Amino acid sequence: MDIRLDAISHSYGDTEVLRDISLDVPTGRIVCLVGPSGCGKSTLLRLMGGLERPTKGRVLQLGAPPQGCLNPLTFVFQDFALLPWRTVRGNISLVLEDHGIRGARADSIISDVLARTKLSDFGHALPRQLSGGMKQRVAIARALIVNPAVMLMDEPLSALDSQTRELLMDDLVALWTRQPFTAAYVTHNLAEAVRLGHRIVVLSRRPGEIREVVEIDKPLLDRAYGDTDLESIQKHLWGLMREEARAADEELLDV
Amino acid sequence: MSDPAPVKAPIEVRFRGGGFAPKPRRWVGVVVFIVLITLMEIGTRIGWISALTLPKPSDVLATFGELWESGLLYKHLAPSLGRLAVGASIGATVGIGVGVLIGLFSYIRAGLVPLVAALFPIPKIALLPLFVIWFGIDEASKYALIAFGTFTPTVVATYGAVDNVDRSLIRMGQSFGLSWFSIVRKIVLPGAMPGILSGLRISLAIAIILLVAAEMLGAEYGIGAYILEAGSLYDLERLFAGVVILSLLGVILSMVIGLIERRLLGWRS
Ligand SMILES: Nc1ncnc2c1ncn2[C@@H]1O[C@H](COP(=O)(O)OP(=O)(O)OP(=O)(O)O)[C@@H](O)[C@H]1O
Ligand SMILES: [Mg+2]
Repeated sequence: MDIRLDAISHSYGDTEVLRDISLDVPTGRIVCLVGPSGCGKSTLLRLMGGLERPTKGRVLQLGAPPQGCLNPLTFVFQDFALLPWRTVRGNISLVLEDHGIRGARADSIISDVLARTKLSDFGHALPRQLSGGMKQRVAIARALIVNPAVMLMDEPLSALDSQTRELLMDDLVALWTRQPFTAAYVTHNLAEAVRLGHRIVVLSRRPGEIREVVEIDKPLLDRAYGDTDLESIQKHLWGLMREEARAADEELLDV
Repeated sequence: MSDPAPVKAPIEVRFRGGGFAPKPRRWVGVVVFIVLITLMEIGTRIGWISALTLPKPSDVLATFGELWESGLLYKHLAPSLGRLAVGASIGATVGIGVGVLIGLFSYIRAGLVPLVAALFPIPKIALLPLFVIWFGIDEASKYALIAFGTFTPTVVATYGAVDNVDRSLIRMGQSFGLSWFSIVRKIVLPGAMPGILSGLRISLAIAIILLVAAEMLGAEYGIGAYILEAGSLYDLERLFAGVVILSLLGVILSMVIGLIERRLLGWRS
């Protein structure tokens, strides 16, 4: 299933946040959205996931979600959004219960997803007992278990330290290689974008417009920390963003 | 301070990070009670406190023993506990229900918050005659008084607690397509539980106060009736025995809530 944004514009009151965004998120690809702070990346993701309605334009689903998909558009949040009163398993089963998946059947698929996200030993831990990286892995496990057609990830790694971030990026690459998933991935970290993105969309400062779309053909598995060709793409992206970021930064001062 | 500081012996950095983190210290509470009671006992025995000011704690204990042996304790305690249980559970249940509704629906909030604010400061005891007219002199008016008194603080605590539930968790629930009912039951209610329980502590103390007030006005048996009778006879031993029962009741209820908190809110610590 693909997601298509058809000339999306969005305003909050008098503030225009997004202007005329048209974009495709094709099946099995990771599309990274980068842009200066406050340019409307999170807003765009909420529009894609149906948590908000665009002022203008439409968000379209093309094709049917895959077999056994419980929640086609599934978020992974920056702040994890785990229920602190439920264990790791409880947090994951939360999203199955409404579909009537309980008991032994739920147990077996939860165990499977925990194994995939390397959490098998922590099924009965509470969120407060976990490190940030593990919490985000739980959130990713919770997203994977509903077999999403598209994962909407809003800065999923920005709350983590850089080492954990590297490890989790490797995990994401491994997960994608095992079974390619479709994702719209918001980040302000360009290194993350060039490691994970098949397509990188650079947004301008508010109101966010598409400045450039960069395609990276190199397979995810072959990309490594500090690759020279990735670095040159990253430099190019930074060149695009630098002026925008500075202008956005100064704009915020006189709001 | 323009000169470079002369080299001195190293000073250890002063620790200043402690405190602000209450830890369980069970025995301290017991010690405070024991010290106070011992002081009273010694004071009354020496004559340092006159018998008219305070009864001897040992006499109060003896009165207590008599109460127990004569079966009067049960006779007074049973109806009181019944009234407390019925009144407080009605008040707390309705209070939590209405509080959650106020927390969830804008129209209910707009309609009921001013009403609750208007009801909260009314001393409920003042309404007892009204309740007697409405519900009769029997048990019903006592239930109503206790229920009403527990209701208002519970409502306020509950909708405050619902307001404080992390909105990002609710968004998460919506983003996974959970039903409205699931979101309320699995996210809103557990998230509001800490606030609801600490509100319940206050509500139940108020319920005990109102229980006594209600019983003073028209009850043959009950702790309140017992205290009132003792008071009118200036029988300090019995008065104190009654007061001790109320305090114990308060302590027990607070312990029960503590137990519930430990069961339900174990995820917090
Ligand atoms: N619910 C809202 N009501 C009003 N204004 C909003 C709302 N949500 C976001 N905004 C405004 O819209 C603009 C874009 O916000 P958004 O969170 O989408 O930006 P972002 O690109 O995700 O920023 P960041 O990089 O800081 O996460 C900001 O100026 C923000 O103040
Ligand atoms: Mg954002």
